[in-house]
Amino acid sequence: MILNEWVFVGLFFLLGPVLLVVPIALSKWLAPKRPTPIKQDAYECGAEPVGLAWKQFRAEYYIFALVFLVFDVELVFMFPWALAYNKLGLFALFEMVIFVLLLVVALVYTWRKGALEWS
Amino acid sequence: MTGFLQDIGLSYELAVLVAKALGVAVVGAFGLLWTLLGIWIERKVAARFQDRVGPNRVGPFGLLQSIADAVKIILKEDIMNRHVDRWPYNLAPILSTLSVMLIWAVIPFTAAWVGADLNVGVLYLVAVGSLGTVAVIMAGWSSNNKYALISAFRAVAQLISYEVPMVISLLVPVMLAGSLSVQAIVKSQHIAYLFAVPMTVLIFLISGQAENGRGPFDLLEAESEIVAGFHIEYSGMKFGMFYVGEFLHAFTLSVLTALLFLGGWQGPLAEKIIPLGFVYLLLKSVFVYFVLIWVRMTLPRVRIDHLLNFNWKFLVPLSLINLLVVAFLWKLMPDTDQINSFADALGPTLVLFLANVVMFAGVAWWLREWARRDREHIEARRAVVAEPAEATAAAGD
Amino acid sequence: MDITAEAIVFLLLSVLTLGSALLVVTTRNLFHAALYLMLALFGVAGFFVLLAAPFLAGFQVVVYIGAIAVLIILAVMLTPSVTRLPRIYNAQWAVNLALAVVFFLLLFSVLTPVVDDLGISGTWGANFTQNSPADVPASSVSDLGEALVDPQQYMLPFELASVLLMGALIGAALLVSPTARDDEDAPHESGQGA
Repeated sequence: MILNEWVFVGLFFLLGPVLLVVPIALSKWLAPKRPTPIKQDAYECGAEPVGLAWKQFRAEYYIFALVFLVFDVELVFMFPWALAYNKLGLFALFEMVIFVLLLVVALVYTWRKGALEWS
Repeated sequence: MTGFLQDIGLSYELAVLVAKALGVAVVGAFGLLWTLLGIWIERKVAARFQDRVGPNRVGPFGLLQSIADAVKIILKEDIMNRHVDRWPYNLAPILSTLSVMLIWAVIPFTAAWVGADLNVGVLYLVAVGSLGTVAVIMAGWSSNNKYALISAFRAVAQLISYEVPMVISLLVPVMLAGSLSVQAIVKSQHIAYLFAVPMTVLIFLISGQAENGRGPFDLLEAESEIVAGFHIEYSGMKFGMFYVGEFLHAFTLSVLTALLFLGGWQGPLAEKIIPLGFVYLLLKSVFVYFVLIWVRMTLPRVRIDHLLNFNWKFLVPLSLINLLVVAFLWKLMPDTDQINSFADALGPTLVLFLANVVMFAGVAWWLREWARRDREHIEARRAVVAEPAEATAAAGD
Repeated sequence: MDITAEAIVFLLLSVLTLGSALLVVTTRNLFHAALYLMLALFGVAGFFVLLAAPFLAGFQVVVYIGAIAVLIILAVMLTPSVTRLPRIYNAQWAVNLALAVVFFLLLFSVLTPVVDDLGISGTWGANFTQNSPADVPASSVSDLGEALVDPQQYMLPFELASVLLMGALIGAALLVSPTARDDEDAPHESGQGA
């Protein structure tokens, strides 16, 4: 029974890309194609690119991904809680308050440590 | 539909499958075609904000402008950097639009028209939405362009940051309705949740706008800073795909807001005359869409450090507080687990609305204090900078 | 849907998952490896749907693809040879292979009726209570929510999870905080922000 609803979603995953590929394929068929070496260079404001972009990068975004991951896992617990909330007592709310408070403390610590600053 | 297919000799399973496949095609094509109209609406409204007329040559009121543009972009040459990583490069625009289009699979258009009424609908929205982040990384990295890569990193930082308050604000309607199914959430809104939890709607719209990378949060494609963003190396229809994806995303955000907070297809007689619900949904969505364009046209672009500060130091704590306050009041009021009519919903809605007013006042005070401290900080720094300058000026005399 | 349709979907998902998992370890391009990993994780989400556990499927995508795989890609960017990994074999490949075989046998023995036949079930086997996904109650996610906050059941693990997450966040903050990043001797200016 549950799976029946998912047939539609599964078909969407299969047929959706087809709908999107059609205009691209159409363009491939209809559009002109006259490549020249300069046209095919990477566009970096007109200056000639030096080397490839696939280099070692210092990703200062790493910390945001880490914090995001922590909050994402937190949400795993919050979803069932929110869903069942109407059936739960006030006690469940206090448990969630503690749960969230611990995370907020950690977030404030991260903030005070200066890890959330853009460098 | 299924009956007809069985009549022409298909087995029941196959008939269901074909009917569902047709449903997919209709919903997907509707989403894509509506985007063309959405682009026209957006251009017309934006033009009015800027005291222009907007598209007005192709067709009545320029209505066919988007179609002309679509034909044009299909006929454009696809200029491809010769160093690209082909597979991810070609897949990225499709995945980008697909991640938005897949949301339409669970949208209830009326009381009866719904593709898949999943019992985890809201979670599904979040899940397929997060695939968009992957598309951004794929596009940025496979383009083999430093600007594309740098802006993809920025985009990822923005997308994943704003996903947190968005999902937390999504939990509020889930909690009030006691269901993850979008259809059930629509049906539980005897009074639109907008009146009960305006703060949640605001958080949802702000973070949704940021997820979409438009309005004041359009630094993903800040033309003056990083050329065009992660899709700089794309041209022709592949660029068009990102463009369609962005507009579809904006409209999908409006539809979701209409469904989760404005009562979706609900309206007078919507339960009796089924297609009427579809009209209500579209009207509500277009209204939200207008508000989003309004915001986009009014506010200047924010800086990336402000953007991330605003999220982690303001929006995330606020959304958590908001969720817990709503949860607390919801539990405090009697019989909130069995609201079956307008009269039942009236009391809780009023209480929550008043609580939201208090919260808005608190937030306004909080922001004022923050701005005051920020200003003092900047002025103190300016004084330090100004002093040596005066000293040198005096020495020069 | 009848059994055969599910079996076909299961087979397709298996090919997708195992195939992309194989590509993760054989490709020399780390970025591609990360993308294949996403595909493999996506296949696993498909299995969860087949098992009538859509909640797990959703979070498989949100957490593993949306967060962990993205994190892996950001980490991959930090390595000097993203596109051309010099060697694909680890120096300890023999140990790894042995461990993989042991873990596979363990999983196999827990998840299949083999152990039942040997007569040591109850302490060892997985003891599935549901034979078919169709038997899973539709309210399972809601039940999970109730079980999580029930003091008789999972209240303590639930709160401990929060403590664990707090530890993770503080660890992350320590890793990247400006003071930790700067040179020990060099004078630095930090604490500018607020």
